[in-house]
Amino acid sequence: MLSLAEDKGQFEAVFPVRGRNFTDAGQVSGRIKNILREKALPEDIVRRAAIVIFEAEVNIISYAEKGIIRYSTTPDSLIIEAIDEGPGIADIELALQEGYSTADDIIRELGFGAGMGLANIKKYSGEFEISSEVGKGTRLKSIIKITWGI
Amino acid sequence: MTLAEIKEILDADVIVGEDHLNMEVKTAFGADLMSDVLAFATHGCLLITGLTNPQCVRIAYTLDIAAIILVRGERPSEQAVQLASELGIPVLATEYIMFEACGRLYQNGIMGCIRKVDEDVESCRR
Repeated sequence: MLSLAEDKGQFEAVFPVRGRNFTDAGQVSGRIKNILREKALPEDIVRRAAIVIFEAEVNIISYAEKGIIRYSTTPDSLIIEAIDEGPGIADIELALQEGYSTADDIIRELGFGAGMGLANIKKYSGEFEISSEVGKGTRLKSIIKITWGI
Repeated sequence: MTLAEIKEILDADVIVGEDHLNMEVKTAFGADLMSDVLAFATHGCLLITGLTNPQCVRIAYTLDIAAIILVRGERPSEQAVQLASELGIPVLATEYIMFEACGRLYQNGIMGCIRKVDEDVESCRR
C-alpha cells in the first residue's frame, strides 16, 4: 500500500472565508474538492471532505466576521480545520444536536439553518473536535482517515 | 435516461445547458434543505429542488451532481444562472410540484441516489 507521503507528497493550503458573504458560500469547498481530486485522493474521501468543508464554510459565513479553512495531510489522514472569529458557541453539546439552530431568516432562505450542519460534519468525519469561546470564536477539526484502494 | 427525455417527461424549460441534453442520468435526490442535499446526494444524480439561489449551484458543483431540476414553477436567480453556465451545470425548470416531478421520473426508471439514509452513511464510512 502506498502512503500519501511517499506517493503524493504531503500537502496543505489555507483559504480565507468572509463572514455574511453568502454569494460565495461553497466556493472554497468547490476549490478544495478540485485540488483533492487532482491529488488523486479516493473519491469517497473527496466527497466526505467536500461535505465537511461546505458545512464549515456556511457556518463561518452565517455566524462569524471572518475565518479560515485549512486542509493538510499526514501519511494516512486528511485534516480539515475551520477557525473563525465569531460569537462562539455557548453550549456545544446543544449545538451538536440535530435540529438545533440559531440561524436567522437569511440563512434559512438559502436552505441552511435546519440544525444539520455540525451533525453532518461529525457524521462525515472520522474524528471530530470542536472548541469554542463565547465572544472569541470557534475551532473545528475534522480528521478523515485515508484508505487507499490499491 | 437522457436530459432531453427528462425535459419531455417534466415538460421542462432548459435554462442552462442546451448543449448537455444528451447527458445520461440514472438517479436523483430531491430536497429543499441544502444540508440534506450535502449529506445524501451522490455523484452523477439529478438534484430536484425548489431552491433557486447560487449556493444550490455550488452544492451541485461540489458534489458532482449531473443537473438541477427546479420544481413548482421556480426560476433561478440571475446569479445562479450565470454560475451554472460558468460551472457547466445544466438547469431545467418545470411547473410540476416536487412530488409530481419525482413520481414521473421514478415511473420512467430514475431511481433514488440512495434508498435509505443509514445504508448511505455506512457505505460512506467503509
